[in-house]
Amino acid sequence: MTEINANADVLRIEGLTVALKQSGTPVIDDISFGVRAGETLCLVGESGSGKSVTSLAVMGLLDPAALEVAGGRITVDGADVLSAGAEELRRMRASRMSMVFQEPMTALNPVEKVGAQVEEVLRVHGEGNAASRRRRVLEMFEAVRLPNPERIHASYPHELSGGQRQRIVISMALIMNPKLLIADEPTTALDVTTQRQILLLISELQQRFGTAVLFITHDFGVVSEIADRIVVMNRGRTVEIGSRTDVLSNPQADYTRMLASAVPSLVPPQRPASTDPEVLSVSNLAMSYKVGDLFSPRPPVHALKATDMSLRRGEILGIVGESGSGKTTLARCITRLIRPSDGSIVLDGVDISRLGETALRPHRRRLQVVFQDPFRSLNARKRVRDIVVEGMLNFGTPKSEAYERAAVLLERVGLSRDMLMRFPHQFSGGQRQRICIARALALDPDVLVADESVSALDVSVQKQVLELLRGICDERGVGILFITHDLRVAAQICDRIAVMRDGQVVEAGTAHAVLATPEHSYTRELIAAAPGRDWDFANFRPYGQPA
Amino acid sequence: MFGYIVRRSVMTIPVMGVVALIVFALLHFAPGDPAAIMAGDSASPAQLAEIRARLGLDQPLHIQFFYWLGQLGQGHFGTSLHSHKPVAEMISSRIGPTLSLAVTTMTFSLLVAIPMGVYAAWARGRLSDRLVMMMAVLGFSTPVFVTGYALIYLFSLNAGWFPVQGFTPLATDPVRFLQTATLPTLTLSAVYVALIARITRSSVLEILGEDFIRTARAKGVPEARVVLRHALRNAAVPIVTVAGSGAAFLISGVVVTESVFNIPGLGRLMVESVLARDYPLIQSLMLLLSLIYILINLGIDVLYMVFDPRIRA
Repeated sequence: MTEINANADVLRIEGLTVALKQSGTPVIDDISFGVRAGETLCLVGESGSGKSVTSLAVMGLLDPAALEVAGGRITVDGADVLSAGAEELRRMRASRMSMVFQEPMTALNPVEKVGAQVEEVLRVHGEGNAASRRRRVLEMFEAVRLPNPERIHASYPHELSGGQRQRIVISMALIMNPKLLIADEPTTALDVTTQRQILLLISELQQRFGTAVLFITHDFGVVSEIADRIVVMNRGRTVEIGSRTDVLSNPQADYTRMLASAVPSLVPPQRPASTDPEVLSVSNLAMSYKVGDLFSPRPPVHALKATDMSLRRGEILGIVGESGSGKTTLARCITRLIRPSDGSIVLDGVDISRLGETALRPHRRRLQVVFQDPFRSLNARKRVRDIVVEGMLNFGTPKSEAYERAAVLLERVGLSRDMLMRFPHQFSGGQRQRICIARALALDPDVLVADESVSALDVSVQKQVLELLRGICDERGVGILFITHDLRVAAQICDRIAVMRDGQVVEAGTAHAVLATPEHSYTRELIAAAPGRDWDFANFRPYGQPA
Repeated sequence: MFGYIVRRSVMTIPVMGVVALIVFALLHFAPGDPAAIMAGDSASPAQLAEIRARLGLDQPLHIQFFYWLGQLGQGHFGTSLHSHKPVAEMISSRIGPTLSLAVTTMTFSLLVAIPMGVYAAWARGRLSDRLVMMMAVLGFSTPVFVTGYALIYLFSLNAGWFPVQGFTPLATDPVRFLQTATLPTLTLSAVYVALIARITRSSVLEILGEDFIRTARAKGVPEARVVLRHALRNAAVPIVTVAGSGAAFLISGVVVTESVFNIPGLGRLMVESVLARDYPLIQSLMLLLSLIYILINLGIDVLYMVFDPRIRA
């Protein structure tokens, strides 16, 4: 009996240490845990915690030029991964252990039909003949609930949606019925409603095949829904291992407590409604794109249908929606990065929707943007000081004054003035986003547009940046248009929320009204799909349960 | 896809029209009087005027242009001012060697360079990678006539394997064709092998860093198949671009090679026609080369679609 129990772990990691080849610095330091058949183990941690390196080590896919295993043992279904030769390892992949990756958009070969790509798994493992392989792929497509498997089989990745592609990747991973499935942030790049479907699908298939699932995520909401047990990692070490209830309701390590309590609550704090004057008012704003050409005209795409909204000073208005809902088009129209096809944008009494480039210029400074990706929105060859002062110099501020203001701003966003002469690559993601905010504030704008500005950040950093934005909004009276796909983030920071779908606002109101008493069915669907909505992370207990 | 090819082909017609206009304008505004060259130094003004009238050079420019276009449309490419032979005949007798050299060169270059580039990408950073890339630099930087004479010295004069110069058409004697074409092909290939090997290496390397390569490895695809099937096909677009523009330059760039190996091809015909200011011949050659360029570009675009389904949409 003990014999069976000892072998019940499908995956066993014992004392694993992975180090940088060049310096010998460990990126994973002596970690140990196991995953049992039919169990979902969530590996949680922030960026740089070593969770992805752990998964790649299990697959034997560490980049041999950069990383090496410095010690420990990994066994999958009894077979030793680290001592296996290249060919042996290749045979184990997909048949014993397989992996689903984060980005369904890039995880598939763009120039090959998806059916052939799934079939290739069987082919390279010498399974069946062409006809039987095809049959198995079609069966698998049905098992992952892909509509019209025959048609999907003959499609290229770019012809499928993100959710469909992720289903293809899952079929690929499970078609040989492996004992272990590693899912590395498999739903992070998906919309919430799609995420919900994919999570359900994974657990359904897991039960059907008895697969052990190692689920890597940074999202405590997802963890609270799917985990049997949880491993928390920080800086290459495991800080806590335990059952879901133990870790979520009674975390032992400070780091776990910090991480869980940083998860924004879906319940918005009560805030008095802003009574300040309106600074931005948009009416009938619409944007449509022409597609096709002279030879094959097609009807225009209406990215944004007639939309009205207004923003007061000192107010944060959240624009919430899934991909393709038109929220970014709205932001680009308002900031006049594109010219809307219809409607008006009144900024402090002036309609800027039709202004030409020259007439628009003085108004540009009053509308500033903070973009999503802090790694790509800063010019890598410029120093922080020059990035921050560029706008001010363009509008004629003397150099010395601009430099001094840059230093003050940098301190305001929580950095220090001796960082002025550094380059962007010397900063972390959160620090870079602070630089972006300092740059946007440099021109003392009336309206700040934050387009998914915290989406790329870890929760603990996200929390700090949200606090910074709120503080700036309150002290300067700047109106913030906060665009996000994340209801939790919107709940925490926004005074009012507008929910968008298919280029239209379907519901708008105070954050509290929209989230607590949603009227539109789509809003309710979004809220229902938000993972972990039953768990009160900050108080380490489910909602509705006394402390 | 077929519709696209038709559409793209129709679009080449106005392009050719513009090319014709430019070719016409370029030569007529260039200094030098073809009548004076034909008549020689001792001609009287009356003789010159007579020659001009005969060639139509006394007519207004636009009339000359449309007359010329009309003639082209009927397949009359004119008569050489110099040799008095029909231009069409002169070109067709010279085009064979050049085209066959271009075909052998591109075939050889692709066959050698793509495996070299793929191998170098796969073995990046290792000694073999550096060796391949060193050879590429050598191929780039050695002038064509140096390569040509070095090859002649080694393999014709010393080893005696190949003739020193001359050219035999494929149709006349296939064995003799191969013998005469080998050294010129090798000479011309040096730079293209280097070029294509480098671009293959860098594009395959870039693709090897993509997510779907990791997916392929994770599903147990053997390394050779990962590189050849997943990486190479995705790397095809830049390789096609470079190889295609290489092919286009090749047609006009064979002058030196043809001179070194004494091959009666288009390249030398072009130099001769320019030196003689043989207007009808130059015009026809330029039109022909433009047409070849346009066709090669059309071919490149079609290949893009073959290799990348996203472009077909």
